[in-house]
Amino acid sequence: MEFDSEMLQQLGLKALFALLMVSAVMTMAGYSVLAERKVSAWMQGRVGPNRTVLPFVEHIPFIGPFLKGLGIFQPLADGLKFLFKEEIVPGHVNKVYYYMAPLVALVPALTTMTVLPFGEYFDEAGNSSPLILANLEVGILFIFAVSSLGVYGIVLAGWSSNSKYPFLGGIRSSAQMISYELAMGLSLLPIFLWVSVPGSEDSALSLVGIVNSQNDGAWLLIVQPVSALIFLVALFAETNRLPFDMPESETDLVGGFHTEYGSFKFGIFFVAEYAHIVVGSAIFTTIFLGGWHFLPWIADPWPATWIGTLLGIGWFLAKTVCLIFFFIWIRWTIPRFRYDQVMNLGWTKLLPLALVNLIVYVLLVTWLDQPPSVTP
Amino acid sequence: MAKTVVLERKPLSLSERTYLPQIVTGLKTTFSNMFKEKVTLQYPEEKPQLPQNYRGVPTLVKDPNGREKCVSCQLCEFVCPPKAIRITPGSVPEDEEDREHVEKAPQEFEINMLRCIYCGYCQEVCPEEAIFLLDEYSSSGYTREEMINNKAKLYELGGTLPDKHYKWDKKKDAEEEGNAH
Ligand code: SF4
Ligand code: SF4
Repeated sequence: MEFDSEMLQQLGLKALFALLMVSAVMTMAGYSVLAERKVSAWMQGRVGPNRTVLPFVEHIPFIGPFLKGLGIFQPLADGLKFLFKEEIVPGHVNKVYYYMAPLVALVPALTTMTVLPFGEYFDEAGNSSPLILANLEVGILFIFAVSSLGVYGIVLAGWSSNSKYPFLGGIRSSAQMISYELAMGLSLLPIFLWVSVPGSEDSALSLVGIVNSQNDGAWLLIVQPVSALIFLVALFAETNRLPFDMPESETDLVGGFHTEYGSFKFGIFFVAEYAHIVVGSAIFTTIFLGGWHFLPWIADPWPATWIGTLLGIGWFLAKTVCLIFFFIWIRWTIPRFRYDQVMNLGWTKLLPLALVNLIVYVLLVTWLDQPPSVTP
Repeated sequence: MAKTVVLERKPLSLSERTYLPQIVTGLKTTFSNMFKEKVTLQYPEEKPQLPQNYRGVPTLVKDPNGREKCVSCQLCEFVCPPKAIRITPGSVPEDEEDREHVEKAPQEFEINMLRCIYCGYCQEVCPEEAIFLLDEYSSSGYTREEMINNKAKLYELGGTLPDKHYKWDKKKDAEEEGNAH
């Protein structure tokens, strides 16, 4: 393998894209914290954070007070606060794993986005190629493999803290993740059966293939509502969101796995949680909501140029943001399940449902894909 | 006579057992709540409306003639549950014209606002109606010493209370004319 200038250029471009994407996801994670605070406030008849403002922005007429009221600068203040707080490491923790845990929680959340297609790019001939950091043939498998590593961060944090509540939180989260991983994986199998055309060269496990199969056709949400529902519920469980926030459940476990964490290490856990939500929403958008394609049965209304690229990315982001809002909305609507109820739901309801769903679609797809002239 | 009716609890229907319709109802409720009027009081800019009998910071008050009412009887010091009040009793100098016929007045009067629990017992017990819990509710300071209100501060907070007793005028009259009021 030779390193010529073209390859270096390629590498540089990739690195730039990766940086851009990480900053985009991190920004979205930061602002989904703000969104969480604002939406919860609105739903409870409060106004939410509306005091933080940068000194010079404050004096811009109309825009300044408006941004201040929206709390746009709150994430900055939150981040700074985490940075400058005193770092307290309790004496009874296992130092190595204690320091490792937040990173182990954050890295998988950020790694999964490498295989996430978020738009398409048109060359002069009008051929489209997807915008993606690494176009893996087995994208969705990669996501499953890596995102389930995130649980190690929580388990490690719970165990290394060497104290009761984090320990319980860690145990709960590992049990929960294992239970819902299964249902999640099974709920996606019918999708691949549906998408893969017999005899086609395309790998059906590729996320790009899934998105393009929804171009000016039905969204997979409409074709496979049961799969979508199971996947969504499992996604809530995987991201530890209410009503499945067993590992945290602040009313019975103090702070759950991060009870013993403070300052920036807690901040990393916090960001990791929201990065999971952002990436999870993006994955759901990709698989079930048609990715960057316009509404179901309507061809993309934008031209096949760079304008179309930008609009497509914007449309993708809009869908993702709506989904993040949905996450938040659910959180402030439904109370937390009890631990045994979570296990019950996962093993005795979702898993059988996913299996039945799989079987039904296997039969359906076999029937639909029958070559017309099999009978002699 | 009222009769107890035992309601039959119907078994849940299939759609109810999936919880999904209920979740949708809940989502609707929370969504509509987002557009309701907010109840937040933007505190430093907007102040809350205090009820009439609000118990704020305890203060010392003067009578309409501007004389100090407290006679340093120390009942409030005695009754104060957390022992927030400390009084150094003193006597009123003979030559003070406007306070003739009163023997005692506090030399120093301290209320420690870090101890005070705003119970209002001091106001209730005071025989001279000299101590009142008024509307002031936000007291803050950088040191513990700052949070101890001394006599000057207490009078500054309390001011003059328009009561119609003129107790000391009556007392003076009584003494001069030998007439029990
Ligand atoms: S309000 Fe109660 S606690 Fe406060 S000074 Fe008066 S008696 Fe003491
Ligand atoms: S404030 Fe009232 S109760 Fe307290 S010492 Fe003075 S007169 Fe007595």
